[in-house]
Amino acid sequence: MAVRDRARGGLGTEAARPDGIPKVRGDFAFSSDLHVDGMLWGRTLRSPHPHARIRTLDVTPALAIAGVSAVITADDVPGELHYGLISADQPVFARDVVRFVGEPIAAVAADHPETARRALEAIIVEYDVLTPLVDAEAAAGWEPIHPDGNVIRSVVIRRGDAAATGDVIVEGTYEIGMQDQAFLGPESGLAIPAEDGSIDLHVATQWTHSDRDQVAACLAMPTDMIRLHLAGVGGAFGAREDVSMQVHASLLAKVARRPVKMSYLRDESFVGHVHRHPARFWMRHHADRDGTLRRVEVRTTFDGGAYASSSMAVIGNAARFSVGPYRVESVDIEATAVRTNNPPCGAMRGFGSVQVCFAHESQMDLLAAELGMDPVELRLHNALRTGDRLPTGQVLRGAAPVAECIRAAMAHPMPDASPDEVLARPGGAGRTSTATEIRRGTGLAVGIKNLMYSEGENDTASATVRLAGGVATVKSAAAEVGQGFVTIAQQIVREVLGVEEVVFHSASTAEVASAGSTSASRQTWMSGGAVAQASRLVAAAICQAVALREGLTPEEVSLDGTTVVTPTARIPLADAVPDQPIEIATTFHHAPTEPLDEDGQGDADVSFAFAAHRAVVDVDPDLGLVRVVQITTGQDVGRVLHPTQLLGQVEGGTVQGMGLAVMEEIVVQDGFVKNPSFTDYLLPTTLDAPEILATFIEEPEPDAPFGAKGVGEPPIISSGPAVVAAIRDATGAPLRRMPVRPADVALG
Amino acid sequence: MTVLLPDSLDRALAHLAAEPGAHVLAGGTDFMVEVNYGHRRPETVLSLRRLDDLRMWHVEASHVVLGACVTYAQLLDPALADLMPGLAQAARTVGSPQIRSTGTIGGNLSTASPAGDMLPVLAALDAEVVLASSTGVRTLALSEFVTGPKRTARRADELLIAVRVPVANGPQEYLKVGVRNAMVIAVASVAVVVDHDGRTVRAALGSCGPVPVRCHDAESWVAPLVDWDARRIDDPRTHEAFGVRCAEAARPIDDHRSTAAYRSHACRVLARRALARCL
Repeated sequence: MAVRDRARGGLGTEAARPDGIPKVRGDFAFSSDLHVDGMLWGRTLRSPHPHARIRTLDVTPALAIAGVSAVITADDVPGELHYGLISADQPVFARDVVRFVGEPIAAVAADHPETARRALEAIIVEYDVLTPLVDAEAAAGWEPIHPDGNVIRSVVIRRGDAAATGDVIVEGTYEIGMQDQAFLGPESGLAIPAEDGSIDLHVATQWTHSDRDQVAACLAMPTDMIRLHLAGVGGAFGAREDVSMQVHASLLAKVARRPVKMSYLRDESFVGHVHRHPARFWMRHHADRDGTLRRVEVRTTFDGGAYASSSMAVIGNAARFSVGPYRVESVDIEATAVRTNNPPCGAMRGFGSVQVCFAHESQMDLLAAELGMDPVELRLHNALRTGDRLPTGQVLRGAAPVAECIRAAMAHPMPDASPDEVLARPGGAGRTSTATEIRRGTGLAVGIKNLMYSEGENDTASATVRLAGGVATVKSAAAEVGQGFVTIAQQIVREVLGVEEVVFHSASTAEVASAGSTSASRQTWMSGGAVAQASRLVAAAICQAVALREGLTPEEVSLDGTTVVTPTARIPLADAVPDQPIEIATTFHHAPTEPLDEDGQGDADVSFAFAAHRAVVDVDPDLGLVRVVQITTGQDVGRVLHPTQLLGQVEGGTVQGMGLAVMEEIVVQDGFVKNPSFTDYLLPTTLDAPEILATFIEEPEPDAPFGAKGVGEPPIISSGPAVVAAIRDATGAPLRRMPVRPADVALG
Repeated sequence: MTVLLPDSLDRALAHLAAEPGAHVLAGGTDFMVEVNYGHRRPETVLSLRRLDDLRMWHVEASHVVLGACVTYAQLLDPALADLMPGLAQAARTVGSPQIRSTGTIGGNLSTASPAGDMLPVLAALDAEVVLASSTGVRTLALSEFVTGPKRTARRADELLIAVRVPVANGPQEYLKVGVRNAMVIAVASVAVVVDHDGRTVRAALGSCGPVPVRCHDAESWVAPLVDWDARRIDDPRTHEAFGVRCAEAARPIDDHRSTAAYRSHACRVLARRALARCL
């Protein structure tokens, strides 16, 4: 019998992605494709005002419409009236007051989407319109718009000598607009009531168990009476961390005693999920003549919108990473997330690090200019290394190849002059520019992102591995949102057990314990760690079984890679499996973290990942139009587990960051979203995407399973700031705001 | 909802005469979005799908006659693009390949969005719009047809059946600013048409007013400055001043896509560049 040391499709290989072919062929069922016979269609009545008191709410005309099975409002919520990711401050339905445009007030279930739409129109709501609070910087001094107050969280980090200063001081103010996750699959799901009153909810989400707990609390049902099943997810990027239609659909199904499907339309989606926080910054950097950073001062306000969502955690990140991946002994940081009547903001890929990166990297460029120093050299001079202290006092114990990332990004060849064709120039198909009107510029930016949850939020991931008949099955509630964990989990099992055939079973909340959220670049580490741990326990159980079968003591049987070694034989693990299936469930923990103290000091993070981006842009300065030509990157990944999936994360994140630099912005005026469509919320097309060249720095992370760091977020953090720096280089425009609008360049 | 699928123009016009409220459906790229969002709830839809003649075009003496259902993709056909390069350039900026294969010139005119890409080019080309009803046919100048933002002079019993475009002998340029390099609504656009035979320069602006804006002052100012025998303008200051004069005709607004100030600025730059490429 042939014995292979390693099963095909293990770690580091281009293992085939199990959901790849169905997705490419259009056979994959997304949550909006869900269907069951006899289902009703749910729709949501939403506030047309950013701030108003509800004077009257009368749903009886809607109930009178033929085909309408249920109409629910706050009065029908049997359990908790509020939900929320961290703090339950958001009403299931607004009762007395609405706090943002799009806030749910009622929901209906009807036999047809059109009937449901008419039912919404029939509901009578009378409002007393109130003055909306739309200026984040005025929030703290404004009359509270919510019982929890207008300041969601203020984080202070103070460290080192407050009198420290340097030879050179640079100061700047910066602003970042509101980015949207802009996933293609709208918020959607299907709630199916069972005979015993329990509910199966199939939904596109990032964290089934958190959804289950929030739905159960609002419906006043035990958690085991709500079974969350992950439906096909059409992108997430943080926007599916918060509950959207989960409670509404479940309650409608409970009341109507029929399956209820909900699927938002695109304009509804733009007010139906949280966005990336818009933010304003003031920063002052002090440095010596040789470029050594001496002190950094930061004041920043993040607009959290009407409800908290994950603002407390986002602002914690913003504070901890506001200096960037640089060593500095003295800091004075104040970061505040406030409540306004703007759309609620929460998690988006990069989670606070994106906003701060634009500000600290703009400052580093200002500083380099002031010192007459090469901006690359300035960054290398101050780059964090293993053993350095962060502003929180935490010592950086893991891999920190910041300088290597910068050098790798810079080492890629510069692009050639753009081809002499109109689609390759700024303005593209609009034919605005000829070659003589174009100027080229180059910019560099570097980012830092924590991996996993932080500040004492010590979460876990559970998984089950079963081995039977030569097939391994992973049961996990880790939400596959497109990132490819389904492949990684299979690779890990192959690596540990040497079994080639591995099935990934996306398990419901009734089958396995929580995997935690697919966010914070954590699933490869956490659920990957759980799958590895379970696989190793399965291997140990096989060894035990071999010992029992062969009449050996446990000490006489050992493992050599995926081979069972006895005094007389070497047997591949897969062939040593006993007749009885082996199934082991386990829970993985990361190293514990601690909350920050009142000076913002503490070991708040598990691990960090770094990336640097160099952007080359062509700009038409007269019109302010930009074509990003090339972005090169060096990224700290620990270890490459799947080269193509890694590149996919890097290319996607880089372009999403570039989108924030030059076009992606939710325009909010007086609390109203002015562009809730893909006609006017512009995402980069293939004609806008640059050439991307990536180098992966493989310095294994000591605590991480297989040494691998999460890779999803670092690509989005510094790519945008690098693009803005490149536009500055091409034009000389100061550009203190991201996204850069054509007028910012053309009219100054 | 009733959907009418007439197989002849006469039947279509008879339907419209009987039911003037019917909504006319061509490519549907504007209409279906409005239906999906509940902005339009038509009782009756008159589909032009079976009216094959409306998808044809031909040359008639000095005019190109485009059926109302000629698509953007058809306008890119070299046979048409050679006759009306500005219209082809504008068609290329519309949407994605899928949209260009479906959307029609008649639809663009009937929607009459201030950002409609066909409008400034057709205005600069002195195009005419042919409307038919069961009682007859009438022809309107583009400026008579488009009466306001998303408003036209079409009567409810009329069907836009064709666009008549005088063939101009000379270069044409359509330049459009959007914040993305393709598939984007115009923030501002400029069409410039040069007619060597008539010795005229004609210019129009898009997304810079409620209707496409013809730049008559700039046109009459620049014509005598062209060296018509050499077919060029020697002094670059003329291009610049032409841009300034075109921008003076703009009546832009601030909205979520841009500001009035930037739109005026873009008109100046685009008109200057368009003229410099032509002459």
